[in-house]
Amino acid sequence: MTAPLIEAKELVKLYQMGDETVHALAGVSFVVPRGDYCAIVGPSGSGKSTMMNILGGLDTPSGGRIVIDNADIATLTDEELATFRNRTIGFIFQSFNLLPRLSALENVELPMIYGGVLPKERKERAAALLTRVGLGERMSHRPTQLSGGQQQRVAIARALAGRPALLLADEPTGALDTQTGKDILNLFSELNREGVTIVIVTHDHEVAAATKRTIEMRDGRIVADHLNGSRAA
Amino acid sequence: MMRTADLVASASRALRSNPLRSALTALGVIIGVGSVVAMVALGSGAQAQVERSIASLGSNLLIVVPGAQASGGVRMAQGGGGRDTLTLDDVEAIAGLEGVLAVAPSQRGNAQLVANGVNWNTRIEGVTPSYMLARDWEVAQGRFFDESEERQARRVVVLGATVARELFPNVDPIGQAMRISGGSYEVIGVLESKGQSGFGMDQDDVVLAPLTTVKRRISGRFRRADTVSQISVKAASEGELNRLQEDVENLLRDRHRIRPGDEDDFTVQNLSSITETAAATTQVFTYLLGGISAVSLLVGGIGIMNIMLVSVTERTREIGLRKALGARQSDILHQFGLEAVTLSLAGGIVGLALGVAGAWGMTSLFNLPLVIAPQNALMAIGFSGLVGVVFGAYPAWRAAKLDPIEALRRE
Repeated sequence: MTAPLIEAKELVKLYQMGDETVHALAGVSFVVPRGDYCAIVGPSGSGKSTMMNILGGLDTPSGGRIVIDNADIATLTDEELATFRNRTIGFIFQSFNLLPRLSALENVELPMIYGGVLPKERKERAAALLTRVGLGERMSHRPTQLSGGQQQRVAIARALAGRPALLLADEPTGALDTQTGKDILNLFSELNREGVTIVIVTHDHEVAAATKRTIEMRDGRIVADHLNGSRAA
Repeated sequence: MMRTADLVASASRALRSNPLRSALTALGVIIGVGSVVAMVALGSGAQAQVERSIASLGSNLLIVVPGAQASGGVRMAQGGGGRDTLTLDDVEAIAGLEGVLAVAPSQRGNAQLVANGVNWNTRIEGVTPSYMLARDWEVAQGRFFDESEERQARRVVVLGATVARELFPNVDPIGQAMRISGGSYEVIGVLESKGQSGFGMDQDDVVLAPLTTVKRRISGRFRRADTVSQISVKAASEGELNRLQEDVENLLRDRHRIRPGDEDDFTVQNLSSITETAAATTQVFTYLLGGISAVSLLVGGIGIMNIMLVSVTERTREIGLRKALGARQSDILHQFGLEAVTLSLAGGIVGLALGVAGAWGMTSLFNLPLVIAPQNALMAIGFSGLVGVVFGAYPAWRAAKLDPIEALRRE
């Protein structure tokens, strides 16, 4: 077996809140192999948001070690972190975070612009990705002209644009109605079957149940880590 | 790393998304650059006008007048102290100096002219034919009087363009008769127009007559016969002008028996030094105008900074997203910096156009030459770009340094 995509060992993250030191992460260890589809769940304050920020290269740990796709996050410079976010991570947010002035196609192009991909290739790849998520007919639409589910599909296409090793989703169905949320989770399952590694951070156990594996956090520690065996295809 | 073309496209898209705000922000720079360009052009025009009109008095010219110089050196007193200290013998002596191209004595007076039933009060200058050479003047129509006419004190006159126009509006003045102080004179020529002097005097409002005629019949009647009110000395070259001025001064001190330490009873004015002083004065004026206008450019820069800071705050979430998608600090810095520079540079170009238009309007209003040095125009553009860099730097730096986690959390 090849090296796992994510390998976290005794991960610690401290915040100073006035006089008090908060252990957002108090020694977290886990491994995510390539091709996995897992959910990190927990109530607010459990440390899952901090975990997501570190996984996404937006934040660095205070202690311990985390290696993602052979990159030791703690040792990366600001510039290397930017490249890491661009090449290795595909972010999906609860509120989609599409730029309202740009069309769907241009929103998908955005990470490739920072990756230095030439316009022609950018457009082709963005168009192929939008077609893949079922928006082939709406490429020139602005986000405001799209429904919530469609907007999240654009965001998923954008997350895939950099051909990332890891798709990192933060409450991806939080702003969607139940049916649309299910559709999005089905899209994640399809993408995972095609080989994309996906980590979803959520407080919703139903969402977690749609994945292959649930990592449960509480007070900065992992309290449970189990496979969702009886998941229907 | 972001490609330059994408950077430019991104900045211009951001500016176009809020056209009114962009236009108003650029307006500060437009006004700043426009007023700098217009004011400097106006000042340069005034400077050129002063130089031109002083030069129209004659080049390489020394003017000797009676009386001591009051102070400074920029006094163009016509009568000096009023004492008749300059004589025709002085004129002869000056003519013998080295490097003298022409010496022209003149006697100035005022006269009432009557012709065609029209009255006209003007200056009358009694001169010799060499006056034309000394003052770089030409006859536009008819002829000038010659040496023998001058010696014989003939009743002939050559009119300045203004006088000719006022007295003979519809007829050829040549050969016409006119009365000056009761005597009858024949018009034999009309001078080419010189326009206003640098001191606002109409140089064409004059009548030239033979020196002897004026001395005997018009203005010198109650004075000594051999004195003159002014001597024009034209040097052979500009390089000899200062040396010649000293020679003339020494000669006249000697001839007038002025002991060392005593005050001169005459003044030698050097027109080129007057020109320099006047030009320097208008140049200071130009710098002053430009400086005041530059303050408005500064205000324009502050306007850009203000709007860019607002923009960074408004787009905090967008900045956070861009960082999450892989934008480096330098990408964000360049994007916002380029927006500021684009605003100020566009403002600079529009301001330059408006400034040139304004300068054209004002110079034609004040009847000044339009002087716009290309390097000044380029400087205005360059300076506006610099304003964008300076005032865009801090907002762009703030944007680049934003913590993406905080930024994404912002609503």
